[in-house]
Amino acid sequence: MISMAPDMSNKKSSIIDLSNLQEQQIALRIKSLDLYYAEKQALENITMNIPKGQVTAFIGPSGCGKSTLLRCINRMNDLVDTCKIEGQILLHNQNIYDKSVDVASLRRKVGMVFQRPNPFPKSIYENVVYGLRLQGVKDRRVLDEVVENALRNAALWNEVKDRLHDSALGLSGGQQQRLVIARAIAIEPEVLLLDEPTSALDPISTLTIEELITELKNKYTVVIVTHNMQQAARVSDQTAFMYMGQLIEHADTNTLFTTPSKKKTEDYITGRYG
Amino acid sequence: MKLWFKSGSPWVWMTAGAVSVSLISVIGLLLLIASRGLTYFWPADIHQFEITTQAGVSKTIIGEIYEKEQVPTQQLVESGVLFKETQGETVERLLIKTGNREYVDLDFQWLLTTYIQQESTPTGLAVFERSKNGNFYGYLDSIIQDGKVVTENKNQLLAELIERAVELNDKALDLQNGEIGAINYEFERLRLKQRKHELEGDLTEQVKLEIEAQRDALQAEYLTYEKELFEYRNLAKRDSVIIKDMRGELVTIQLNYILDVIFPNDMSTIEKLGQFGKQIGKFIVNDPREANTEGGVFPAIFGTVFMVMLMAVIVTPFGVIAAVYLHEYAGNSAITKIIRISVINLAGVPSIVYGVFGLGFFVYMFGGSIDQLFYPEALPGPTFGTPGMLWSALTLAILTLPVVIVSTEEGLSRIPGSLRQGSLALGATKAETLWRIVIPMASPAIMTGLILAVARAAGEVAPLMLVGVVKMAPTLPLDGNFPFVHLDRKFMHLGFHIYDVGFQSPNVEAARPLVYATSFLLVTVIVALNITAIGIRNHLREKYKALDH
Repeated sequence: MISMAPDMSNKKSSIIDLSNLQEQQIALRIKSLDLYYAEKQALENITMNIPKGQVTAFIGPSGCGKSTLLRCINRMNDLVDTCKIEGQILLHNQNIYDKSVDVASLRRKVGMVFQRPNPFPKSIYENVVYGLRLQGVKDRRVLDEVVENALRNAALWNEVKDRLHDSALGLSGGQQQRLVIARAIAIEPEVLLLDEPTSALDPISTLTIEELITELKNKYTVVIVTHNMQQAARVSDQTAFMYMGQLIEHADTNTLFTTPSKKKTEDYITGRYG
Repeated sequence: MKLWFKSGSPWVWMTAGAVSVSLISVIGLLLLIASRGLTYFWPADIHQFEITTQAGVSKTIIGEIYEKEQVPTQQLVESGVLFKETQGETVERLLIKTGNREYVDLDFQWLLTTYIQQESTPTGLAVFERSKNGNFYGYLDSIIQDGKVVTENKNQLLAELIERAVELNDKALDLQNGEIGAINYEFERLRLKQRKHELEGDLTEQVKLEIEAQRDALQAEYLTYEKELFEYRNLAKRDSVIIKDMRGELVTIQLNYILDVIFPNDMSTIEKLGQFGKQIGKFIVNDPREANTEGGVFPAIFGTVFMVMLMAVIVTPFGVIAAVYLHEYAGNSAITKIIRISVINLAGVPSIVYGVFGLGFFVYMFGGSIDQLFYPEALPGPTFGTPGMLWSALTLAILTLPVVIVSTEEGLSRIPGSLRQGSLALGATKAETLWRIVIPMASPAIMTGLILAVARAAGEVAPLMLVGVVKMAPTLPLDGNFPFVHLDRKFMHLGFHIYDVGFQSPNVEAARPLVYATSFLLVTVIVALNITAIGIRNHLREKYKALDH
C-alpha cells in the first residue's frame, strides 16, 4: 500500500480539517445531489464541502461519476437533454440550480478546462480575451494587461509573447492546454474545474501543468478530476474517492492515500481494481 | 485471370476509367464550345470565286467560307441543281457568307465546288462592319470627304474618318442614354407626381404651376440637348465611302453606319490576333444590335451577374438562419424530420414550377400589392407588379434555398462539441457561442452551399422567362438616375440570350456562331463566379481550420 502511495514529503502542509470547516473556508457545498441520465442514476446522494483556496481531486474508476459531478458544478450537464438533477450545490449560499440563477454568469464564476485542449480557431490573444469580449470589455489596454497576466499565471507568457497574434492552433498540445487555462483564468473565476487536464498530454507537458495547478490554488479554488492517482497525490490537498456514483471517502490527500478509512478506497489505491 | 480479379486491379481500372470518361467529356465540351465560339471573332480571309453555274451563268462571289460539307451527287441531281453525273459519289459544297444583305437575296449561300472556275484571296478586299444590315464586303473605290472625292491614300484616310464618325456616334449615343435619358426619366417622375397629387386630391393651382414650370425648364433643357444630338448626327453623316461590290457595281455607304473596316487578306497573323482580341473585347462590352444577331452581349453579362449576386445576398441569410434553427434549436422531433425531408425534396422540384410560383406569388400577389400601396399614381401601369430583377432573384433564391440549408446544416454538425463547450464554459450563452464560434467555423460549409447555389442559379433559364428576363432590355438595372438601382426593371440574361439567338433568330446562319460564343461566355462567367467563391471558401477554411479530432 505504501509502495503505491507517492512521495509526499515535499507537499506543503496546509491541511484543513474537513469535518470541521469554518463557513468562510468553504467554496462550494454539495448537498444530497442525485443525478439521472434518463432512467439510469449516475450520482447518488453526494454530499461534500469543497474548501476554498485548495486543490480537491476526484478520483475513482472509469464511469464512477467523477466527471459528471465536476460538470454539475458549472451546470455543463444542462447540455444533456435527458439529464435530471435533484439536490443542491451552494455557491455563496446560493443554490446554483435555482431558477433565478443565470447559467452564463455562474460559468463566469466557475471556469472549466476540458480533457482535450480546445482552443478556438483564433489567435492566441483572441483566445485569452474571449471571455472578456463576451462581457463587453473593449478597452485595448485592459485587454492587453489581462492577456499578459493570464498568460503569465498560466506559465505560457515567455513562450508566446512574440506571437500573440498567431493562430492558437499552431501551439503544441501542452501549450494549448495552458492557453485554455489562461483563457479560463482571464475572467477571474472563483473556482476552476479541471477535467482530466493532462490525459491527452505527454509527460513533460503533464509536469508543467501540474506545477501550474499548484500555483493556481493560491488564487483559485481548484477541483480536478484525474484517473491518475499519483497525479492526485502530487497536486491535491483534498481527495474524494468515488465509486459507482457514490462518494466513498473524502479526506485530505495524505490521510486518504496513507490511511484510508474505507475498504473500497484501500482496494482502489492499492490497485485491486479500477 | 482469377488472380487478376482478386488483386483488385480491375476495380482500379474501372474507377480510373470512370474518372477519365467524365474528365474527357467535360474537357471535350469546353473545347468544342470554345473553338466554335472563338473562331467567330477571328478575321477570316475573304475569298473571291469566279463561278459558272450549271445553267451557264458566270458571276463573281466574294465572302468568307463558313462551312464545308460533302453532299451526295444523287441528291443534287434529283433536286435539279446538278444536271449530269459528275465524278464521285459526293460533291463538296461551301457555305459562303457574302454579306451585303440589302443587295443580294441571301447573305449566306451554298456554292458547289464544281462550279468554281477560279478562287483567290486578293489583297484590297475590305470587310465593313456596319451598325445596320450586317457586314459589307467589297473593294474600296473612293471616299467622299466633306463633298470632295478622294482617291489618294484612301485606306489611311478611311480609317481616320471612320474613327471620327464612330466617335461622333458614340457622343450622340452617350447624350441619348445619359442626359436625354435622365430628362425623360424626370418627365415621367413629374407626371407621376402630378398624378399622385390628383389622387390625393390636393392638386392645387400652385402645385400645378410649379410642376408646369419644372416641366417647361426640362423641356428647354431637352431641346438644347436634342439640338446637340442632331448636330453630332449630322457631323457623323458628313462623309461616305464608295465600294465596288461583287456584282461589280459601285455602292455608296454613309460613314455613320460603319463601325469598323478591316482588310483581312492584307493582315499578318499578329495583326489578325490583335483584331481577334479587339472583337472579343467588343463582344463583351457592346450592346447587341440587329435583333441580337450582331454586336455584343454586355447587358446580358451584367444582368446575369447582377441577378446571381442579388440572389446570393438574399439566399445566404435565409438559408443560414433556417439551418441554424433546424440544427441548433428545433430538436429532433418528428416535425423537424418532416421539415428536413421537405427541404431536401424542394431541391427536386422542376425549376419551371418555381417560375410559375414566382409569377403567381411574387409578381402578381406581392408586386401587385406593392403597386397598390406605394405606387398608386403609376397604375394601371405596373411598377413591381410585373416581372423584373427583384422577382427573378427571389425566385432563384427559393430555388437554391435547399442547397444552402443542407450544406449549412452539414457544416454545423461538423463543429466539434468541445469547442461549443469551451465557449459555454467561459460564460457565453448559446447565441453568443453560435455567433462567435460556430457560425464562423461553419462559414466554409456555408460558402460551399453558396457555390452550389450560384452555379445552379447562373445556369437557370426556364423560371426566369416567367419572372423577369427579356430578349432586349433598353436599360440596365443600375444607372445614374435616382435611386440608381432599379430592381423593378426587366433584364437580359446570358442563358436566355443563347436560347433567343439560337431559336428565335431571323438569321439562323448568322446566329449560330453567336450561340457558341455566348455559351462559352456563360460558362466563363459561371466559372469566374465559382472560382471567386472557392477562393473565399479556401481562405475561410484556412482561417477556421479546426482541430484534427
